[in-house]
Amino acid sequence: MALDAHPKPRLKAFVQSDLFYSFRTSYVTVAATLVALFIIAAAFLAPWIAPHNPFDVSTLSLWDSELPPAWAEDGDPRFLLGTDNQGRDVLSAILYGSRISLAVGFVSVALAMAIGIVVGLISGYFGGAIDAFFMRIADVMLSFPTILVALLVSGIVRGILPREMHDNAALVVLVFAITITTWVQYARTVRSSTMVERSREYVYAAQLVGRRPFAILFSHILPNVMGPVLVIATINLAMAILIEATLSFLGVGMPPTNPSLGTLIRVGNEYLFSGIWWVVIFPSLTLVTLVLAVNLLGDWLRDALNPKLR
Amino acid sequence: MIAFILRRLIQSVVVMLAVALIAFTMFRFIGDPVNSMLPENATVQDRQKLRDRLGLNETVSVQFARFVSGAVQGEFGISYRNKRPVSDMIAERLPATLELVFAAAIFSLLLGVPMGIYTALHPKGIISNFLNVASLIGISVPTFVTGILLILVFSVWLNWLPSFGRGDTVQIGWWSTGFLTLSGIKSLVLPAVMLGLFQVTLIMRLVRAEMMEVLRSDFIRFARARGLTNRAVHFGHALGNTLMPVITIVGLQLGSMIAFAIITETVFQWPGMGLLFIQAVTFADIPVMSAYLVLVALVFVVINMIVDLLYFAIDPRLSAQS
Repeated sequence: MALDAHPKPRLKAFVQSDLFYSFRTSYVTVAATLVALFIIAAAFLAPWIAPHNPFDVSTLSLWDSELPPAWAEDGDPRFLLGTDNQGRDVLSAILYGSRISLAVGFVSVALAMAIGIVVGLISGYFGGAIDAFFMRIADVMLSFPTILVALLVSGIVRGILPREMHDNAALVVLVFAITITTWVQYARTVRSSTMVERSREYVYAAQLVGRRPFAILFSHILPNVMGPVLVIATINLAMAILIEATLSFLGVGMPPTNPSLGTLIRVGNEYLFSGIWWVVIFPSLTLVTLVLAVNLLGDWLRDALNPKLR
Repeated sequence: MIAFILRRLIQSVVVMLAVALIAFTMFRFIGDPVNSMLPENATVQDRQKLRDRLGLNETVSVQFARFVSGAVQGEFGISYRNKRPVSDMIAERLPATLELVFAAAIFSLLLGVPMGIYTALHPKGIISNFLNVASLIGISVPTFVTGILLILVFSVWLNWLPSFGRGDTVQIGWWSTGFLTLSGIKSLVLPAVMLGLFQVTLIMRLVRAEMMEVLRSDFIRFARARGLTNRAVHFGHALGNTLMPVITIVGLQLGSMIAFAIITETVFQWPGMGLLFIQAVTFADIPVMSAYLVLVALVFVVINMIVDLLYFAIDPRLSAQS
């Protein structure tokens, strides 16, 4: 390949790329990205922009409990989305809750991706007994619903840990359960692409110059199999957030003292019958919006990176 | 034919043994059953006696053999939390879950198949576009949020349907059914809708894709050339060929509906196996968890096997190959 005499700056190259064109012309995708970025930014900046600190018990007052949203009758302008039964500001709780949901989502996707890529590359490149071993595990895991496997893993970890540690270790247990459940999909995809790439000329060339197998895997093959991995990662971010929310909702995730969106919905659900709907509806809306936005982004990415549809 | 069935049976038994090994490992090595079952002030002699009774002093392979033979007879030991035989607890809960899954599957077929046919026949219509967007949103809404919304609208605001429990049940032998009383049926509506809605999206997309595929095939073109009416072509020729794969997928989906029933049962406090399982996970009640695992795996394996055998019976090409 000839060297480009005038290499374009990266940003400019990106803006002029097909991928960015396809992004720019899909209004739904742009909107979904903006919404997702807005929620992520709000969650990240929670300690600075949240009107109240929901963990600071001294600022809570029972006088302020169960207030409806600010625009409703009896609403209080200090609490835009109302308060829960302990006088906690719902908006602040959502901001801090999204922070945990997103943290669990991003960390478990990153870990699952790393494990899946390594296993997939090794399985696909070397084949044989290692490949058979990992793929049998994958077969078994993929034949059960993800949520069931995640529940089971978190149940087992809870069985191993002493009871006092459950609340403190909740975050780690969640990330562990989601990672263990989802790495298989990356491994499968990377493995099948690696098996194709293995017999390409550039790999033979690298073998001939005497590069070591792991150097070939990570510096030559990996960049060529990343496309599908990115698509799975985006869709799996939505799925990881959903699994986290479901586990927390079922009571085996984040404890009420350190709530994620799922925990907020679980707690709010208990007060549904006393007519204070805002405690459960606003966290649910946030969760649905976030997941929908990330899913739309993933759908677009899948089509945009699919050479058959271009 | 017999060789195929035998091979398939052996495969299923191997899978079940693998699951049993996982369940046994959980049962044996996670937490100490002796500590979980005795009060804290138990003496060393008490512990020793219980260890003998539970057979914990035998070799691991003997214990595994005993676990498997117990599991085959439906014995999974005693719950750490309720101190009752796990088999009794599951037998009580099984009818509730199966009735819920059955109702949800019927609901999703009744709604999903017509929607799929409609969107396949009128792919550019306004209603089709609406249904497609709705199905995308439907996939993104977590099932428990759907359940909460259903409760908020139909139980809290409109006060039409109950939001928890099974209502009155009628005992037929060991099976307790909610189908025979008005309150039982009313209680079933919301949980079945919640569990079925996700499947509706799936069935609709599947029927649409299959039907559009079939409508492009040669025998349909030929049927049109014969001058048959649209109605005869769509419903007499196309529909039958569409439904074969749909029925297989729905069959396979039944297994995951039993798993997803965990969430539905938590939202509606439905006294089924899923609620039992989630309580077991919360309290790390290992015997209940391992029994549930073995049972769900059994359902999956049996359904998969039936589907494979059905294919074998229906598709003559498979028997010709062997």
